[in-house]
Amino acid sequence: MRFMMLIHHDEPALAAAPQKELWADYAAFNEALKKAGASAGERLKPSSTATTVRQRGAASDVLDGPYADTKEQLAGYFFITVNDLDEAVAWAKRCPSSKYGSIEIRPVVDA
Amino acid sequence: MTTPEEAAKAAERVARESYGRLLAFLAVRTRDVAAAEDALGDAFAAALRTWPRDGVPANPAAWLLTAARRNQADSFRRSKTREASEPHLRMIFDEISATSSSLEPDIIPDRRLALMFACAHPAIERGIRAPLILQTILGFTAEDISAAFLLPAATMGQRLVRAKTRIRDAGIPLVVPEKEELAERLDAVLDAIYAAYSKGWNEVGDAGTPEIAEEAVWLGRLVVSLLPQEPEAKGVLALMLYAEARRSARRDETGAYVPFEEQDIGLWNGSQIAEAERLLRDASQSGPTGRFQWEAAIQSAHAARRVTGVPNWPTVLELYDHLVALTDSPVVALNRAVVLAEVEGAQSVLDDTMASLGEDKRMLGYQPYWAAKGHLLARARRTSEAAEAFTVAIGLTTDEAVRTYLQRQLARIRYSPPQ
Repeated sequence: MRFMMLIHHDEPALAAAPQKELWADYAAFNEALKKAGASAGERLKPSSTATTVRQRGAASDVLDGPYADTKEQLAGYFFITVNDLDEAVAWAKRCPSSKYGSIEIRPVVDA
Repeated sequence: MTTPEEAAKAAERVARESYGRLLAFLAVRTRDVAAAEDALGDAFAAALRTWPRDGVPANPAAWLLTAARRNQADSFRRSKTREASEPHLRMIFDEISATSSSLEPDIIPDRRLALMFACAHPAIERGIRAPLILQTILGFTAEDISAAFLLPAATMGQRLVRAKTRIRDAGIPLVVPEKEELAERLDAVLDAIYAAYSKGWNEVGDAGTPEIAEEAVWLGRLVVSLLPQEPEAKGVLALMLYAEARRSARRDETGAYVPFEEQDIGLWNGSQIAEAERLLRDASQSGPTGRFQWEAAIQSAHAARRVTGVPNWPTVLELYDHLVALTDSPVVALNRAVVLAEVEGAQSVLDDTMASLGEDKRMLGYQPYWAAKGHLLARARRTSEAAEAFTVAIGLTTDEAVRTYLQRQLARIRYSPPQ
């Protein structure tokens, strides 16, 4: 199965983390992902740069800020192809971001 | 020639003995539990049609499996979109069809444990795990289960359907986890079985609902037989058997509630207690290793006190100390407080442990908290506070016999003046 792994960060918690160790962990994680044949992920700019658009009938809203006003914000994603949810969970636990937020695992609909 | 009644009886017998085994085998490769249920259900319907005409086959379980697999393959072929989009699934079905005829009926591989692990997967909502196991392994309907779990049948049905869809679509595997994950994940399976038992604990012999407690014990036995090296599996089975052994002593001949310390131990089931003791000894040879073993050890100590007549409260307290450290649960802390009162007296426990438990919001709607508090206050001769606690406990009680018992306690303290 193919899963999209959505990384949600608690931005203040991430900012407070020891940066050098964090990005070293990330480099190692990305290397492991690559070895496992997963496509490399991408990192997004902080949620303060987000814009959200909503259309309701004739009215449309363009709002600055992310989709949902919650503590954790979408920060990046990667894809993996594994046998089942348990293997996807194992990858999510290895991802350094799971310590500073959460990883949402979503099965991708087969084309 | 077989009569329809004989055919129905034969089908019922197979259903009872092999439903879960057949369903697990059908679902394990596809992960589609709902489709496997449909295929098996149709196979049972076909059996009721053809067995009266053709006679009950020599191996009814194998007949049902073959029919169910044919249904599964047919319905798969019918869903054109899936056929186009999931070629690997088609491969599985081709493989199944090829092995179908050669499979020996006596060696239908037992995948029930894998199915139970999927039903109790952390990605499945906790509250639906026990009902899901009861449905998939034992073949209970949503109506059967809803009564025990105090939910409308339609709601139960929807939640079960949702959980099954989730097993298929979220990618939850039907496998027994690897060694390093087994202990943690097994706890979820045992929790679900014990939750089912707890629901059944309140049925005291009234007809109408299935005997969920008995079925939970059966599931416990199944897990012990499939994972004989896991001490916690034996622990939970021992725990259920200790409780089950006392079932008929919990009400007197008028149906009134009988508290543990006043039960007629002649009514306890000796062979169930002996089996529980054996399991617990076997599981905890070098000391208990998990919550269920500690809880079973506490049950064992309580039973020993009643049987020997020798008070053993300090031993029970020590067991509770371990359990509190392990679980950090307010319910365990409450039970420990009651035992501590036997050792230290009610007054100090009320001022200390009970007072801090009272600050836990979860205790405010918890009937056993108020009942225990009432008993302790009554023993400390704090009559008006005791009356208040018993009144709240009565308000929170759903069981008629327990309510009557508590009303008697309340009347007793009201009419005995403080000394």
